[in-house]
Amino acid sequence: MSEQAPPTLAVWKFASCDGCQLSLLDCEDELLALAGAVRIAHFAEMSRAHVDGPYDVSLVEGSVTTAEDAERIRAIRAASGRLITIGACATSGGVQALRNLAAEGEYVGVVYAHPEYVSSLSTSTPISAHVPVDYELQGCPIDRHQLLEVITASLAGRRPVIPDHTVCQQCKGRRTVCVLVAHGTPCLGPVTRAGCGALCPSVGRGCYGCFGPVGGANTEALAAQLLAEGLTPPDAARLFSTFYSGDEVFGRQAVTLRRRAEVAGTREE
Amino acid sequence: MTGDGHRDGTRVVAVEGLARVEGEGSLRVEVRDGRVEEVELRIYEPPRFFEAFLRGRRATEAPDLTARICGICPVAYQMSACAAVEDALGLAPSPGIGDLRRLLYCGEWLQSHALHVHLLHAPDFLGCQDAVELARMEPAAFERGLSLKKLGNRVMETVGGRAVHPVNVKVGGFYRAPSRREVAALAGPLTAALDEALATVAWVAGFDFPDVEADYRFVALRQPGRYPMESGRVASSDGLDTTPAGFAELVVEEHVARSTALHARLDDGRPYLTGPLARYALNVAELPAPAAEAARQAGLGPVCTNPFRSIVVRALEMVVACHEALALVERYEPPDPPSAVVPEGGGTGAGATEAPRGLLFHTYDIDPEGCIAQARIVPPTSQNQIMIESDVRRAVEASLDLGDEELTWRSEQAVRNHDPCISCATHFLDVRVHRT
Repeated sequence: MSEQAPPTLAVWKFASCDGCQLSLLDCEDELLALAGAVRIAHFAEMSRAHVDGPYDVSLVEGSVTTAEDAERIRAIRAASGRLITIGACATSGGVQALRNLAAEGEYVGVVYAHPEYVSSLSTSTPISAHVPVDYELQGCPIDRHQLLEVITASLAGRRPVIPDHTVCQQCKGRRTVCVLVAHGTPCLGPVTRAGCGALCPSVGRGCYGCFGPVGGANTEALAAQLLAEGLTPPDAARLFSTFYSGDEVFGRQAVTLRRRAEVAGTREE
Repeated sequence: MTGDGHRDGTRVVAVEGLARVEGEGSLRVEVRDGRVEEVELRIYEPPRFFEAFLRGRRATEAPDLTARICGICPVAYQMSACAAVEDALGLAPSPGIGDLRRLLYCGEWLQSHALHVHLLHAPDFLGCQDAVELARMEPAAFERGLSLKKLGNRVMETVGGRAVHPVNVKVGGFYRAPSRREVAALAGPLTAALDEALATVAWVAGFDFPDVEADYRFVALRQPGRYPMESGRVASSDGLDTTPAGFAELVVEEHVARSTALHARLDDGRPYLTGPLARYALNVAELPAPAAEAARQAGLGPVCTNPFRSIVVRALEMVVACHEALALVERYEPPDPPSAVVPEGGGTGAGATEAPRGLLFHTYDIDPEGCIAQARIVPPTSQNQIMIESDVRRAVEASLDLGDEELTWRSEQAVRNHDPCISCATHFLDVRVHRT
């Protein structure tokens, strides 16, 4: 049998909270097996060692918020065989994409010391807005079991098996009493991608959409239902604009609700 | 990623992309004629403008939104946010809710300290690039680290519903109190973890420590009868004793060119240090018995001013976390109701808690409709930045006989001594966003 070099894995960080990279280190039981199966060529949060590319697989956490980072992701793409983005920041711009929804000049009035020291773009954008991405793993934060599945699948050259149904379906599977129907608690479960394990309804709160919209999400119908339950348009807009406001589906629904709030003359954010 | 060199009698230590820290920073030290001329901890991680987009959000959204500042210490953000909003609204959750918060926080301390002690910091003392190398050299210590970290995550999952960005925390308390049975299941693993944490104290106490002492002004929470974590007054080693709101007024933040994190000082212009060394020095009398005994055996005096030995104090705090968590688990009664009702209206308030890496305070102005008008969040790493730079200076001056590669490593280690969380520190600028 010939000696074959193990595939190389690199982990990169852009604007983010580090939580999705941490999910990799949170695979306590699998960490050594993973470190044996691949050569970890770059993972600054874990190691001083750095090996120059090319890399077989790159995992990218975080969104692009500076001109330098827009350049850096191109170089990483060029050096990577498969490029996988992990988490809401990398796949939709993350919580920091709330700046994208800010009205022109909204941040201008804020007191600052020396803005000339900082260069920052006016938007926070997903990695896929800058370079082609081979797979996007959703979640704020991602689920570590799904992360392992994605890594394993890429090493084996197959598609990852990640569910594409709703939190609502997962919640029914857990036999949790529906917080929306039984208690009128605003819940994004019907339009949110499964993956978390339907955690929020299990503690009696509504889903806040931290895995982003499921394919074909009918957010307009849910918004109408939430308003009928008595949620005000500004609060409904807030519900759709947290960790996936940079996503087209949730972001557009938030903007629609805001406009409705303005038209209704209610207090806007 | 690392470069150093000599030119014109000047020696430069430069580290691009500091490793084994959370977030993105670099380090540059210039030595001329045997003297350190310049130390620059440059933080270039892009800001995320939390304080700007918090305005107009419901105050009750602050715990979930600010958790996303840091994936390593989300509970610290949730706890400080809750404390500040509750202070503003005049809300005082029951002692049972306070205990459950402390249990959740014990989980985060355990998870974060086990990560730093075993995976991020110990490799420096053993000459390893990373924990994978360490696992080959010291498999038992590596396994113990993972086991402690995993239990920390399990405590967070039991109480908070999720290890990264818990879902069960709300202003006023919790959405759901975990059942007696769920909490009791933690007792066995915590008992075993207490022994593991004690073994880790003994392990790290045996490392070689560079002979560096610093004259710190320490700042930490203090609360009679308890090692500080989720509440307390703010105290300093030079006599300060005030409320979180009083402390917030004393802290002056300065924006310097090399950093997207603000540098903090007290209003007398002098910097200070928060974190394990500060908590230990100001609360040594509150250490539970097994931790006090472990400290004695590790040779820690009542105050530790060698930053390289912070790893021993961090390990000791894992003993505190296991011991405290066990006590809380044993006397656990689900708080009923699990949450206090949030009153309508607004107000101004401050909240401070002890994140694993140091004091974290939030202040909020909340308008009469319950929305945030103004937010200020001051994370530990931004408070510690000035002391980290002066530590690097001291460490380099004490180690000029080392070769370039070793001197570079020593400087990096001096930064890692404080477990900096750069992702946390950078998100607090009020900056004009230019739109084109």
